[in-house]
Amino acid sequence: MGPVKQRIANEDYVTINVGPSHPAMHGTLRAIAYVSGETVLGTDLEIGYLHRGVEKLGENLTYHQFIPITDRLNYCSAIANNVSYEMAVEKLMGLEVPEKAQLIRIIMTELSRIADHIVLVGILGVDLGAFTPFFYLFIQREEIYEIFEWYNGARLTNTFGRIGGVEAPLPEDFEERWSKLKKGLDKAIGETDKLLTHNRIWMDRTIGVTPISADDALNWGFTGPCLRACGVKRDLRKDEPYSLYHQFDFEIPTGKHGDVFDRYMVRMIEMRESVKIIDQAFAMYKELGPDEPLMAKVPKIIRPPEGEVYHAIESPNGELGFYIKSDGTDKPYRIKIRPPCYMIFQAFDELIQGEMISDLIACLSSLNIIAGELDR
Amino acid sequence: MSKGSSNMAIEAYTGDGWLLTKLEQLINWGRKRSPWPLPYGTACCGIEMMAALASSYDMARFGAERPSFSPRQADVLIEAGTITKKMAPILKRIYEQMAEPKWVIAMGACACSGGVFRTYSTLQGIDQLIPVDVYVPGCPPRPEGLLYALLKLIEKIEKDHPLHKKAVQLKGELRYGA
Amino acid sequence: MALKDSVLKVLGKKALAFDETAGSLFVEVPKEHIVACLTLLKNELGFDFLSDLFGVDNSALYEKKKKKKKKKGEESEENGGSVQEEPVPPRFEVIYLLLNLETNQRLQVRIRVPENDLTVESATGLWKGANWPERECFDMFGIKFRGHPYLKRLLMWDEFPAHPLRKDYPLEGMGEERELVYEPEGEGHWT
Repeated sequence: MGPVKQRIANEDYVTINVGPSHPAMHGTLRAIAYVSGETVLGTDLEIGYLHRGVEKLGENLTYHQFIPITDRLNYCSAIANNVSYEMAVEKLMGLEVPEKAQLIRIIMTELSRIADHIVLVGILGVDLGAFTPFFYLFIQREEIYEIFEWYNGARLTNTFGRIGGVEAPLPEDFEERWSKLKKGLDKAIGETDKLLTHNRIWMDRTIGVTPISADDALNWGFTGPCLRACGVKRDLRKDEPYSLYHQFDFEIPTGKHGDVFDRYMVRMIEMRESVKIIDQAFAMYKELGPDEPLMAKVPKIIRPPEGEVYHAIESPNGELGFYIKSDGTDKPYRIKIRPPCYMIFQAFDELIQGEMISDLIACLSSLNIIAGELDR
Repeated sequence: MSKGSSNMAIEAYTGDGWLLTKLEQLINWGRKRSPWPLPYGTACCGIEMMAALASSYDMARFGAERPSFSPRQADVLIEAGTITKKMAPILKRIYEQMAEPKWVIAMGACACSGGVFRTYSTLQGIDQLIPVDVYVPGCPPRPEGLLYALLKLIEKIEKDHPLHKKAVQLKGELRYGA
Repeated sequence: MALKDSVLKVLGKKALAFDETAGSLFVEVPKEHIVACLTLLKNELGFDFLSDLFGVDNSALYEKKKKKKKKKGEESEENGGSVQEEPVPPRFEVIYLLLNLETNQRLQVRIRVPENDLTVESATGLWKGANWPERECFDMFGIKFRGHPYLKRLLMWDEFPAHPLRKDYPLEGMGEERELVYEPEGEGHWT
C-alpha cells in the first residue's frame, strides 16, 4: 500500500482513473485520483508510458548522432534541448564558441521559448473551455515554424546547431520576417490578454487554485516559471549567465502565490521579454560582418578528454541540464538528462490535495508537463 | 460523372427521384464523409496532429469535424507518437473498445516501425498489436501529410465491401447453427 | 580554490577525494555517511537546493582499464615483472548535484556503491524532491534506498525483470513484454 492509500485509508472515497489516454492529459501520464464527492483526497501518479530509453541510446551513438535525439525530449521547444546538449559537450571539451554563433543560438532559443509558452497558454485555455486563444496563438506558432523551416529545414524537431557553433548564418530576409512576426505576436498576445486576464470566469477558475509556498517549491526542486510564480526570482540567464545573456537588458517576472493564474501570467510576460531579447540580439548580429566564423575549431570525430561535466540552461520549462561522462572514446559513457518537469510533477499529490476535480485538470495544464521530457 | 463518385444514376436529380446504386456504395458514401477521429497523441507527432486540427491546416473540412476522445464514439484512431511496451496493452484496449466500423492511421515513424528508438522499451511499430490502414512516414510528418493520409483513408473506405464482411460473419454463424 | 577549502573544512575526514573537470567540483564521501555529509553541506555551507540525483555504472570502464593493465602486465612479464591482482573497485556510484542559491555555486557529491551491498540511506528526509530520482535509480540500476517512503519502479512496469541502464543489459532488450491484468483490489476498487 502506497503512502497515499495509507493516508486516506479511513475515508470514504471513489477511485477515478485519469488514465494514460485522456483528453486532458498532456501526453501519456496517469493520475489515479481518490475523490470524496468532488474533493480530491490524494493522487497516485504513474509515469513512464513514454520511456524510450534515450539515455541508454546515447551510450551507443556518437556525440553528433545524439543531437537529433535531444530534439525529441521537450518537443514543444526542440531548439532549447539542442543548445543545452551542445553547450554541455563544448564545456567538456573546453571549446570557445564564436560570437556570431552565440547570437544565432540566442535568437533561436528565445523563439522556441515563445513557441513553448504559446502551446501552454493555448492548451490551458482549451482545458478550461476557452478555445479562441488557442486558434489565435497557433497562427503565430505557424509563423515561427516558417522561420524554423527556412533556417533548419524542419518545423518541429529541428536538429539545430553543431558542437562548436552553428552551421549557417541567418537568412537574408530575416529582418522582414521578424518584423512581421513581431507585429503578429504583439497582436495575438494582446488579444489573448484581453480575452483571458481580466475575464471573470478565468479569474475564478485560476486564482487561488493549487498555490504553493516558495519554501515548499524549493524543497521539491522546482525551477523555471513554476518557481518564479511562487515569488522566487531565479533565472539561470541572470544567476549563472551563460552565452551572451549578460549583455542584454530584460526583466524576470515573478508571481506571488504560485497558483495557476500566476504561472499563466509569468509566461505571458516572459513572451514579451523574449521579444525584447531577440530585438537586441538581432541588432548586435547586424553589426557583425559576413566573414565572422560560425564554428570553433572542432575535429571531425569528436573525442572529448576523460572526465565528467554538468551544464544547465534556462529552457522554457526550467533548468534543463545535461551530465555527460566521457571515457575518451567517440561515444559518451553516460548521459543523464535533468528534466525540469520531473521535479515539478512529483509535487502534484501535495498540490492537489483538497482541491476539486476540475482544478486537477487546470493545475496539470499549468505545470507544463511534457511527457517526452519527463520519461525520456 | 466525375471520377471517384459513387456511380449513382443521374435520375435521382432529374427524374422522379429514383436512385439506382448498389447498397454497398451507398453505405460507403455515407461513411467516408464523416470519419470522426480519436486523436491518440503520445509524443512529438501529437503536436503536429494538433497543428493539423487547428485553423491553418483545418482537418474539419474533410469530415473530421468532431475529435472524440472517447473510443466508443470515434471512427478513426489516429495514433501519433511512440508507443512503448508499457503503453501497448492500453492501446490494444482502446482499439477493442471502438465500435465497428473502425480504421487506424499510424502517424509518424515511431508508430510505423519504432522510429529512431530501437531500444528495450519501445514497440517497433503498432502493427504488431492492431491492424493499420494507412501509414504516414515522417518524423514528424507535416500536417499536409496527415491530411493526405485522411484522403487516402477516404479512398480506401470507398472501395470497402461492408456487406461482404457481414455475409462472411453470418455464414459462419449459420454453419454453427446459430 | 575557495569552495574546495570550505568544503574540506566542513567535511573534514569525510571528504575522501576531490575531482575537478571544466569548472565542476566533485567531492567523494563514504557511503555510510552520505546523509550526514549532505546535512552538513546544507546547513553550514548553504547548499540547500538539490538539482538532481542519479546513478552511474562503472563496470565497462573498469573492464577497459583491466584489459589495458593486462596488456601492460603481459609486456612487463616478458621483461621480468609480475602482474598483481587488484581488488575490484565498487561498481556503481550515485551522484548528488547541489546548488547554493545565494552564491550560485554548484557542488557535486559522489558515493561509491559496491555490487554486494546495494543499500544507501535515502535523502528524502532532507529534500522532498529526492523522491522520484531515487525511485528511478532503483529502477534503472537496482540500488535500494533505505528509508524511502515508496520504493517501487517508476519508468518501467512493475514486473519488469531487469535493471536496464546497467552495462550488461543490451540496448534492444531481451524481448520482455507487458502482460496487463486488470484486477479488483478489494471492495470494488479497480486498479
